[in-house]
Amino acid sequence: MKVKTADVVVIGGGLHGCSTALHLALRGLKPILVEKDYAGRHASGVNAGGVRQLARHIAEIPLSIASMALWEQVEELVGDDCGFSSHGTVLVAESETELAGFRTRVDDLRLKGFTHEELIDRAELKRLVPAVSDHCPGGVVSRRDGAADPFRTTQAFRRRAVEKGAVVIEGVTVTDVRRDGTVWRVETTDGPIEAPKVVNAAGAWADRIAAKLGEPVPLEVIAPMLMVTSRVPAFIDPVVILRGRKLSFKQLANGTVVIGGGHLAQPHRDQNRTVLDWAKLAASARTVWELFPVMRATTIVRGWAGIEARMPDDIPVVGPSSTSEGIFHQFGFSAHGFQLGPATGAVIAELVATGRTNTPIDGLGIERFQRQAERQS
Amino acid sequence: MNAADLASSYDLVVIGGGPAGLAAAALAARAGVQTVLFDENPGVGGQIYRAIGASPVKDRAILGEDYWAGTALAEEARASGARIVTGATVWSLDPERVVGVSVAGAARLIEARRVIVATGAQERPFPIPGWTLPGVMTAGAAQTALKAQGLLPAGRTVLAGTGPLLWLLAAQILRGGGGIEALLDTTPRRNLVRAALHLPDFVLSPYFSKGLALLREVKARVPVYRVAHIEALGGDRLREVAFDGGRLPSDLLLLHQGVVPNVNLAMAAGAEHVWNDRQLCFQPVLDESFESSIPGIAIAGDGAGIAGGTAAAERGRLAAIAAVRALRPEARLPDPQAVRQRLQREEMGRAFLDWFNRPAESFRRPEGDTLVCRCEEVTAADVRRMADIGCEGPNQMKAFLRCGMGPCQGRLCGLTVTELIAEQRRSTPAEVGYYRLRPPVKPITLAELASLPISDAERKAVER
Repeated sequence: MKVKTADVVVIGGGLHGCSTALHLALRGLKPILVEKDYAGRHASGVNAGGVRQLARHIAEIPLSIASMALWEQVEELVGDDCGFSSHGTVLVAESETELAGFRTRVDDLRLKGFTHEELIDRAELKRLVPAVSDHCPGGVVSRRDGAADPFRTTQAFRRRAVEKGAVVIEGVTVTDVRRDGTVWRVETTDGPIEAPKVVNAAGAWADRIAAKLGEPVPLEVIAPMLMVTSRVPAFIDPVVILRGRKLSFKQLANGTVVIGGGHLAQPHRDQNRTVLDWAKLAASARTVWELFPVMRATTIVRGWAGIEARMPDDIPVVGPSSTSEGIFHQFGFSAHGFQLGPATGAVIAELVATGRTNTPIDGLGIERFQRQAERQS
Repeated sequence: MNAADLASSYDLVVIGGGPAGLAAAALAARAGVQTVLFDENPGVGGQIYRAIGASPVKDRAILGEDYWAGTALAEEARASGARIVTGATVWSLDPERVVGVSVAGAARLIEARRVIVATGAQERPFPIPGWTLPGVMTAGAAQTALKAQGLLPAGRTVLAGTGPLLWLLAAQILRGGGGIEALLDTTPRRNLVRAALHLPDFVLSPYFSKGLALLREVKARVPVYRVAHIEALGGDRLREVAFDGGRLPSDLLLLHQGVVPNVNLAMAAGAEHVWNDRQLCFQPVLDESFESSIPGIAIAGDGAGIAGGTAAAERGRLAAIAAVRALRPEARLPDPQAVRQRLQREEMGRAFLDWFNRPAESFRRPEGDTLVCRCEEVTAADVRRMADIGCEGPNQMKAFLRCGMGPCQGRLCGLTVTELIAEQRRSTPAEVGYYRLRPPVKPITLAELASLPISDAERKAVER
């Protein structure tokens, strides 16, 4: 069988893999991206579409801020506005105690030099989200945040990557990754590909690639559930999220409302299938029922879930392999990777091309799990 | 009946109270299996026996003896001890056999040891120019109004399409004293060539003499035109029906080109489906007891592939026999071989009917501005163009055009979209596939969903 060659093999055609392929191509490298289904088939194409810097783990805030800058010029980057609009994200406090906790967090971020999160009182909350229930005393806003259309975004990154010289192979599964002299040999169901560098952006399947490289990770396969309603008159601009109870809530331009927040379906990653848990979706429905009384008679049209990876510490794995030179990991975004896609692709491409990056990604390395494993043994 | 009166689990849940569901529930309950039957309508009967026992149409000749045969089935089910819950909308079924159902505005999740899906058939989409105008509806809808409310079409009525139900409805309207301006027969003449192979079986089947009698009855009183093109015209409502060779002023156009399995619930549950090239539709993969690819979930009736009402009842019985065997092996059961033989007799003329009434390509794969997805107003040209620029399947099409994403969940566009993509990409419907269907398969309100009983885990989380 004929062996294909490339500068880099990117495994996985989610937003992250497509973004990395695009940024590699922009740097003049020849990447081949291999995707077992089609680009955006799983979490990247069917997530809630939130583009959020708000309420992120401190270790991923620099990446998130870098990504926001790319989102704000996404049309120049990929030739499509990706349905991105910016009306902010509001984290709503449901009690004074909760609001006090948010204040501590915002103060702490300021001390570290991050100013994107801003505490708001009841009046500003009502101004931003008039429909919110009166029991909420305030919250936090990140005003530059927004939302985009996830499938369209992933497709736009894929399309631009191809225009810039990346090769995207869909419907082909990677079966093995191994060292062959000076290059990596990536075996696929459509024959081998050889390249000096490999990026593991395989999402919920990324642990299998990592395991082949001798660095097993405690990846959990998850499928966060979402519901969408029929169209209702426009009544809310920002994305609303909660902390105490699980909820994310946004109205799209077409009037439908997407309700999510992290309740999980049962994932079956080998069958590309999820089984929804209606008892948990009912909990989401009750939360909306209380927070937005205006929504009570709205009909739920569809529920779904996208398969993705969660790490035990809820932050992703981004950076070089700890065992294998030329391998880079980019997975485990733990249900909040969509916003990070544009910049993480740029950072991984930078690492691949130059061996270093100025964007701080300390704390996201894969070695954190080996240290953990050693401590436990 | 309220949702709160339902048990949290049943041995057998039967979904749909048409012939298959009624026969299945009756057989299982009589064999001592704890059975509940859910049907979303005010009464049982399904579409074929719609409003049986409650129909205001008293003259038995109008709807015909085939309709009244439903009385016995309904009686049998009522007497069997099965719990029959009408006004109950099943909106979800998962592979662990958890059934999501709403009754009187409140929802419940019910566990079942076995499930028989008997959700029947729906009319095949019939996308012609103007089919969304007020005054255009399906023949099935008109028949429902006749059976359930005793309503006959008023004004100048035109029937168009192909298949036995169209002719039956025409006869029923005439017998009830209604008028029909014309019947536009869209059956391609060349269908007879392929169908002729199956003529011997058809002649021996019960369909043959009934079919001929219906044709004679209608043709004696209604002008019939063979057409290859139909257009519904009018600005605010239907004013005229145009067809090759003429125009008719019209107030009501009733369209029908056969029925196809209603696959939404079974597909959303994850049951494997395949393309049936003779019936031009997707149907579930089933074993000889009508068990699907999901253990414990059977699919009986026309939802298993179109075979008609009498066959549906026999299929329901076979599925019920298998369910009873699994749940209560000691129960006394009818001989499945005898049921199978009756089923075979019922299915005998089917191949002829399928080939003879095969809808024309031009009525399955529209062109230009004709709407394909009514909910999201997506045209045939939109779908064809997207397929041309690389959209390979209905699921990507959803993301690009939103077709199939409205409240009907693709019921009115699914087959059209699949066939259009297949034609445009020189592929096959089997290859192109169908929408990935998602629950709720029927829309429910946020308040209904919120009314689901709170789980222990959630209560603990709140109390903590």
